[in-house]
Amino acid sequence: MQIRPILSALRKHRLSTILIALEIALACAVLCNACFIISQRITAMQIVSGVDEAALASVQLTGYDSAQAADVDARALAALRAVPGVESVSLLNSIPFGSRRGTAGISTDAAGQHFGGVIEFYVGGPGSLQTLGTKVIAGRAPQTDDFHAFTSFMPDEGSVQITQALAEHLWPGADPLGKEFWMLKSHYRVVGVLKNLVRPDPTGWTPEQRQWSVFLPAQPGPYLTGSYLLRANSGDLPRVLRDALAAVAKAVPEVVIDRENSHALTDLRRDVFKNDRAMAGMLVGVITAMLLVTALGIVGLASFWVAQRRRQIGIRRAIGATRGDILRYFQTENFLIVSFGIVLGMLLAFALNLLLMTHYELPRLPLYYLPIGALVLWGLGQLAVLGPALRAAAVPPVVATRSV
Amino acid sequence: MVPMLATTSEFFAMFKVPFQYGSAWTAADGSSRARVAVISSDLNDKLFGGANSVGKTLRLKDSDVRIVGVMKRWRPSPLFYDVRGGRFAEGQTSSFYVKPEGVFMPFFSGLEVNEGNFWQFTCWGKVATPGHLQDAPCVWVGLWVQLDSATKVADYRTFIANYAQQQKLLGRFANTDTRMPSLMQWLVFNHVVPSDVKLQTWLAFAFLAICLFNMIGLLLAKFLRRSSEIGVRRALGASRGAIFAQCLVEAGMVGVVGGIGGWLLTLLGLWLVRRQPVEYADLAHLDIGMFGLTLALAVAASLAAGLLPALRASRVAPALQLKTL
Repeated sequence: MQIRPILSALRKHRLSTILIALEIALACAVLCNACFIISQRITAMQIVSGVDEAALASVQLTGYDSAQAADVDARALAALRAVPGVESVSLLNSIPFGSRRGTAGISTDAAGQHFGGVIEFYVGGPGSLQTLGTKVIAGRAPQTDDFHAFTSFMPDEGSVQITQALAEHLWPGADPLGKEFWMLKSHYRVVGVLKNLVRPDPTGWTPEQRQWSVFLPAQPGPYLTGSYLLRANSGDLPRVLRDALAAVAKAVPEVVIDRENSHALTDLRRDVFKNDRAMAGMLVGVITAMLLVTALGIVGLASFWVAQRRRQIGIRRAIGATRGDILRYFQTENFLIVSFGIVLGMLLAFALNLLLMTHYELPRLPLYYLPIGALVLWGLGQLAVLGPALRAAAVPPVVATRSV
Repeated sequence: MVPMLATTSEFFAMFKVPFQYGSAWTAADGSSRARVAVISSDLNDKLFGGANSVGKTLRLKDSDVRIVGVMKRWRPSPLFYDVRGGRFAEGQTSSFYVKPEGVFMPFFSGLEVNEGNFWQFTCWGKVATPGHLQDAPCVWVGLWVQLDSATKVADYRTFIANYAQQQKLLGRFANTDTRMPSLMQWLVFNHVVPSDVKLQTWLAFAFLAICLFNMIGLLLAKFLRRSSEIGVRRALGASRGAIFAQCLVEAGMVGVVGGIGGWLLTLLGLWLVRRQPVEYADLAHLDIGMFGLTLALAVAASLAAGLLPALRASRVAPALQLKTL
């Protein structure tokens, strides 16, 4: 295939060529960045919670005084435990993907000079870590005498389990076991490391901060009450939760069941990421529409060129060019224009990425998005030009003899 | 559960809250800690089927509260007086667009009714009694002031600074930083436009640019395909300007038709947005102003895109075209 005649023909259509190339360049830039954002959202949605989500549900009670707490708690727990299919019930202040009650800033020294970040305290009653199904990968799980009674926001002292991610953030490279941290005057010592334990509200934090959680054992009391974690067989969970809510409504009719937050953890998770899902869906829609518009543009211009060159095509056919030659001519022409656009598009994609990085918290675009974007656009160009090119190839040689 | 706002009676006048039935409570109700409330139109529809419920009683936790006013539909967006903490939300600020609270109560009455059930945020010391706001070492009051002149603003700033100094001397405050942003400054400070919405705006304009390039290319093809026609018109006496005008009118017509098609697509898109479970879903509608703006943008973009092709078409040499007829 000779490229030189194609290039000199394109020089005659400089304006149209530049327009199509610019369109391809913009499409390339938007395609790469939009795909990158989609992949970021999907990665965020797949965050490892570190708990047995499929087997867990949350029941939230409210609307009673702290003086009544012990009585309400006793009746609610008894009712929940009596529901057939319930494997265990525990008290836990915050629920992964659900209610958030233990967000606080910590420091790694008693004076509060070395700020350690804002973390989530999961204050849980006996058995709650087992109910969650969180894996302890170093140190130990809480023991019976770790569960202290408390009369304030959370226990002032305790032996805690922290996530791997938080340990690495607070003491990079060091063994976190035995280390201490403070929240105002409260003091905690690390005795165990958890593989993962997601915050209740992961979308409101940077990817690094989403696993900054601590498990703090405590005895049920006036300020650890009304927030329950249920464990049941995953297949049976919807039925168990329905029965559990009915049982609680009967056992403690004077309290309010917070139905917005009493759900299976898989449902709560879906709700947490609804914005990300909507955004990813919208981006897919925009990319599809954009590629469609670009393809239609190519079809339109290529059709025009074919119509314009009908006579020249006839002459070429008459002097010996095959249908394949004509077909390949238009395909090569399209390939050259798209390639030109892609080169420009890669630069634009990086420029757009830089812009998004400053105005919108987005990491740097990985390089491998560029060749993939290029392949997609080459494919799109070839697909779009195929129709007009086939029509060009079908021009009979006899056209050359007419109206010259 | 219904969210409640504890505020002073001036709230309704300051923010020009419209009333369907009754009115706000009086300053005397506020100081006597009366058990009275104003409810939203949504709550009134839900509980009383939209009827006049002034004088009826609501049971809030363990208290009976008398309804003194029912608001008309009032939907400030964002819900500016509740905006806070947006700097720490990683751009996820769509929750600022929720509907107003269902129940409004006098400040101290509200504190008493919901005693023990508040959640403290932003504290600088240990909270002695969780759920109790008054005298907690926490940020727990949002103060709105209407100041009509620059002098008053300056005076108020001094007043606040002095108050902070005084409280620090008394040992209650840990630091004396004070700030008094205007409403707009406060909204900007809290990143009130969700970052997803900003991204969507970028995307919309990138898409418009792609469509413009596309349109220029297609109009060019469309006009030049009719070169021989244009040649005949020129030969019959039409000036370049006339050809140029003809092409621009055509481009403008494409814009109008496209704009109307786009309007139908927009209605479909908005319907899809309203079905999404986001807080601002019910705000997604197209008013006359917005419709006019998008139609004007469509026509203006088409005309801009038509300029270059029209110029090319008007410069077609008539003799060359006539020869090849």
